[in-house]
Amino acid sequence: MNLHEYQSKALFREYGISVSNGIPVDDSEQIKEAINSLKGDRWVVKAQVHAGGRGKAGGVELVDTVEQAEAFAQKWLGKNLVTYQTDDNGQPVNTILVEECTDIAKELYLGAVIDRASQRLVFMASKEGGVNIEEVAATNPEKIFQVAIDPLKGPSTNEANELATKLELNEIQKGQFKDLYLSLSKMFIEKDLSLLEINPLVITSEGDLICLDAKINIDSNALYRQESLAEMNDISQEDERESHASKWNLSYVSLEGNIGCMVNGAGLAMGTMDIIKLHGGEPANFLDVGGAADSERVSEAFKIILSDKAVQAVLINIFGGIVRCDVIADGIIEAVEQMGVNVPVVVRLEGNNAEIGSDKLSESGFNIISASGLEDAAKLVVEASSGSAS
Amino acid sequence: MSILINKNTKVICQGFTGSQATQHCEQCIDYGTRLMGGVTPGKGGQTHLDLPVFNTVVEAVSETGSTASLIFVPARFGKQSILEAAEAGIELIVCITEGIPTLDMIEVKVRCDELGSRLIGPNCPGVITPGESKMGIMPGNIHLPGKVGVISRSGTLTYEAVKQTTDLGFGQSSCVGIGGDPVPGSSFIDMLGLFESDPATEAIVMVGEIGGTAEEAAAEFIQSEVSKPVVSYIAGVTAPSGKRMGHAGAIIAGGKGTAEEKFKALEAAGVHTVRSPAEIGSGVGEITGW
Repeated sequence: MNLHEYQSKALFREYGISVSNGIPVDDSEQIKEAINSLKGDRWVVKAQVHAGGRGKAGGVELVDTVEQAEAFAQKWLGKNLVTYQTDDNGQPVNTILVEECTDIAKELYLGAVIDRASQRLVFMASKEGGVNIEEVAATNPEKIFQVAIDPLKGPSTNEANELATKLELNEIQKGQFKDLYLSLSKMFIEKDLSLLEINPLVITSEGDLICLDAKINIDSNALYRQESLAEMNDISQEDERESHASKWNLSYVSLEGNIGCMVNGAGLAMGTMDIIKLHGGEPANFLDVGGAADSERVSEAFKIILSDKAVQAVLINIFGGIVRCDVIADGIIEAVEQMGVNVPVVVRLEGNNAEIGSDKLSESGFNIISASGLEDAAKLVVEASSGSAS
Repeated sequence: MSILINKNTKVICQGFTGSQATQHCEQCIDYGTRLMGGVTPGKGGQTHLDLPVFNTVVEAVSETGSTASLIFVPARFGKQSILEAAEAGIELIVCITEGIPTLDMIEVKVRCDELGSRLIGPNCPGVITPGESKMGIMPGNIHLPGKVGVISRSGTLTYEAVKQTTDLGFGQSSCVGIGGDPVPGSSFIDMLGLFESDPATEAIVMVGEIGGTAEEAAAEFIQSEVSKPVVSYIAGVTAPSGKRMGHAGAIIAGGKGTAEEKFKALEAAGVHTVRSPAEIGSGVGEITGW
């Protein structure tokens, strides 16, 4: 689960981490009051969306007057911001963060993630902070410094000092960096984060370290014990069908193609998309009904797939291990009865109670094409999708 | 021979009296697994599936002499259940539970290594040695005792590989689902090493997926340490990169993690790769001449 920048910075403040003073607003009429309560004579206005690359896309501006700030808010509030990290529709802007302007002497990079390779919480820092950090990582990986935290001992000042020395900070900054590192690592662990990023971490013209941006991602497996963070979830940033699907514990991602897919298991769901593509088709979605699918959930999944008007054929590929294929069949029949279906549906059932499931489908009287294996299913659905397209 | 479990392995189940555990333990018993009993705190002394229930793993181990534990507890109890098993001296822990927080797993993994317990999973289908013993949720009837070792990050794709090698008559020595979580208890490399030294295993199927660098690390290991033929499929060639936040994920991955990168690394290590999940079995036939 992602947080917005303004939410992340509020969390930073809880941990005593120094960030710019700022006020989030969701209406352009609140801009004036926000600016009047901030210091300085220049401000930064930042569109709040769950994506990076906002600056390059025009979602961050430096303003000198209230009018400029209001114009920015009017331009973006209620609109979608498209960056290179979003899809073509972009993400809706519902909040603008108005901040005091910081005089920047130098931009650094500081990030933390769970590194799958070392199975450790790893902090990464670089002197080359700012918008081109990924390019730096690709072309000059030696310019990204890393330290790993010992899971049993926890974070230590040694790691902070190592990074601070490599970042060539002065003594005062080293002290500030140590506090920052210890607070951030404490927050990462206490709040069950999966990603934390400050880009840029700046050295101000007065020589102090301050976090200019803040990105936080929370481990969704841990939301049960992070209730206050879970409440901050902004579902407007999620695809409507995707968030509806997640309410039913379905994992759904919409794609550009015309073949709807319903599969159990994320690996097999990806494999099904791969084989559709190998046969010249284009998947319309990724959908994992999960291991504990019941007929109600399958029925809901079917409705979500068909709500995508681009879908011209559906492939249901179930290898029943935990799930019973006859239960899946009940769900399909229930959905078809409720909403009708005008596109061909190819079904491949394997494993637990597959025969009972297949019998139910063939006895249902609906136009359901039964496939004998994975390869056969892919061929049949690609044929069916091109047939209904013409 | 086989890896990890055989017909003599004595198994207990943690979270024994829950509905999922009950359903799957019944199937494990039917398959031939030597299930000795189970653990549900507060229900010690009761009988479930005609087997004794204990309050703690320590009691279950001392009463039954079990060396393996199959875990079906809710995710919030995952960490403490795995650690309880490891501290009680369980040698093989198979954790089916899905949704354990990643930071919990980082600590669990280090503690299991220290205590000398091997952990498979979490978020996995488990382990099976066909015809002998099953510790997991896989459908037993698709398996056939035989000579292919199967390792996979994904549950249902494991079944796919199993069914194909069964249909072609090759059968499986053992099959292990290592799970798809960021921090799994056992890696591809751990299992490749076991299959390499198992005389019953003549070929290995490795099913990977996008994300992380476990397949790339496995490729390096195969090149230097594995003499047996390996067939591999990686799911997710067509998966979209999707929305993302920030750069840290891309930086730590260092250009690795895509399906193409993984295929390339495996091919360079002499692995026979297949691009379709329907060609895993035939791939084994091609490379072995069976």
